[in-house]
Amino acid sequence: MSVPVGHYQYDQIDRDFLEARIAEFSEQVARRIDGSLSEDEFKPLRLMNGLYLQLHAYMLRIAIPYGTIDSKQMRMFAHIARHYDRDYGHFTTRQNIQFNWIKLEETPDILRDLATVDMHAIQTSGNCIRNVTSDEFAGAAADELVDPRVHAEILRQWSTLHPEFTFLPRKFKIAISGSPHDRVAARFHDIGILARPGDDGRTVFRIFVGGGLGRTPIIGQEIFDSVPEERLLATLEAIVRVYNAHGRRDNIYKARIKILVQALGIDAYREAVEAELAQMDLEHYRLTPEMVDAIQARFAVPELSAPENAAQELANRQRENPEFDLWVRSNTHPHREAGHIIAVVSLKPAGGIPGDATSAQMDRLADLADEYSFGELRITHLQNIVLGHVRQDRLYDLWSSLKEVDLASANIGLIGDIVACPGLDYCALANARSIPIAQKLGARFGDASLQAEIGALRINISGCINACGHHHAGHIGLLGVDKRGEEFFQITLGGRAENGASIGTILGPALPEDDTVDAIARLVDRYLGIRKDGETFLDTLDRLGDAPFKEAAYETV
Amino acid sequence: MRLFELGERTAKVHESLVTLPELAENTDVRAVLLDIADDPAALKPYLNRLELVVLRFPIFRDGRVFTQARELREYLRFSGEIRAEGHVLPDQAAFLKRCGVDSVVLPEGSDPELWKRQLDRFPVAYQRSVLPSRPVGAGLRIEEET
Repeated sequence: MSVPVGHYQYDQIDRDFLEARIAEFSEQVARRIDGSLSEDEFKPLRLMNGLYLQLHAYMLRIAIPYGTIDSKQMRMFAHIARHYDRDYGHFTTRQNIQFNWIKLEETPDILRDLATVDMHAIQTSGNCIRNVTSDEFAGAAADELVDPRVHAEILRQWSTLHPEFTFLPRKFKIAISGSPHDRVAARFHDIGILARPGDDGRTVFRIFVGGGLGRTPIIGQEIFDSVPEERLLATLEAIVRVYNAHGRRDNIYKARIKILVQALGIDAYREAVEAELAQMDLEHYRLTPEMVDAIQARFAVPELSAPENAAQELANRQRENPEFDLWVRSNTHPHREAGHIIAVVSLKPAGGIPGDATSAQMDRLADLADEYSFGELRITHLQNIVLGHVRQDRLYDLWSSLKEVDLASANIGLIGDIVACPGLDYCALANARSIPIAQKLGARFGDASLQAEIGALRINISGCINACGHHHAGHIGLLGVDKRGEEFFQITLGGRAENGASIGTILGPALPEDDTVDAIARLVDRYLGIRKDGETFLDTLDRLGDAPFKEAAYETV
Repeated sequence: MRLFELGERTAKVHESLVTLPELAENTDVRAVLLDIADDPAALKPYLNRLELVVLRFPIFRDGRVFTQARELREYLRFSGEIRAEGHVLPDQAAFLKRCGVDSVVLPEGSDPELWKRQLDRFPVAYQRSVLPSRPVGAGLRIEEET
């Protein structure tokens, strides 16, 4: 691998900036240790460098801009896992990675190691604009209109140490997609952006504001339908400025932009943003075609070529090997280029911890990325790994290698592809442990043929109402609640994050952990019994409502 | 009161400083203290005579000061001195300067050397601010006038 594809390449200017940031953070750590910074003052500063204090230790969350890394960067994660943590890392729903057992005094060293591969932990936490997320199939998917990563990088740069927006009322999350199939949950973000080609050859943006999960799940509303590229940064400045000036700061649970948008109404919010734009020097904030093209030029693109018979080769292998065929059906996505395919590596082995990877697995994934996909890897918001540009005739070899390291679970988009927050095993806020119930559900539905039979079904698990496991958006959502010291789970049905986003509704009373697993098993059985041909779980739910599922879930209770 | 200058402008001590509601009655006063919840646009009728606007951080985490400063500079074209006071950290020095703040009332026990170091910390920025700038390399990066 010579030049990494898929992400912005740093030059010396970017590296000097990163070095200055590390020097600053090292001094902040020293000032905390000598007492000149109080814990109250240090906290937001460390959070802006990705350092959380969890239940048992510090956690460091490293930024993976738009979820794309190269094999060298993946090997650095393996190194950090081995040297500074307990030999594993956890990929997050915001396409980042976090390490759960970090020592405060070692963080400057970790940041220095990361900087050697142009990585950092800037703005992965804190009340600032967080690391920008994007479509995990960007630049590869057949259904894509615009590769959103160039503009995602522009947003990353623009938001980095933004002088006005580093002390916002609350955290601020932006996602950007360039496909008509929303794979970024655009309407569950503070700002969601859908990019499409404009008539003039430049990009145009549809912008949603005020979406979010958490305690008050709200679907984002469209603020602008067609923002021209040169106005993108000015428009975002105006949207965030209104929020910074008027967002609530008296109650952290009411401080997100969604609450302000609800309070004002989307029309009044839009008027406020337009009033800002009318006063702004738009030329000053103009995103010129030259700026965009210069950043685009720093993205290397893969040189794709495949033999004529690549598709035929793949079809032959699928026919010969049913296990491989099952994996291909669930774990791949059509590529824009003939003879190629997008492969998704599941980090959800039956009975495993969703999103975790060991250092050995990370190293192996880096090798496989070099061998099969131009050294490029993407982290998905469902905590899996994508190899974006695999030749169809080599997919079988890739799958065989993945099997050797237990990374060939055939469950992407299926019931085993569970999203769970860290829960009470790590998190000080949680009411319940999310991981054990995820493991039990994963094991219960571990069989690949059974998962294929059940079809598209997404389970999301949150250990408390802060909803980091996005239970509101799960087809089946589980929320951990504390009932007199015992962990119970509330079941919701019908949430979805993709096109036609909606929030799940509560099925009935919360159940203890094992009863919840049994209830879900009965509920899934009921679905298999009553579905019509070709119906997904959501289709059946939409057709019949939740009554049959409620009956099944609470049958023996 | 120790004043720290973030840029070229010399910080000036004013004998009388009034709040926004008091400004209308005190026609000879040239310095005003804005509350964190005040809208800078309310200063419009007085801009010609004002020499100093003081913005007050109730706590360093309250980022409204940064927006107030930018509105003063960019929308109202206020050309006098903008000062920040209250609970403010040296780690915010460059942010303040880039939003148009000229001086800071140093909190008790502050080390001016640390403020200076923080001011000069970053060689480039990735977004426009109120300061004059020139592009560095390609893309969004700029170097600002100090």
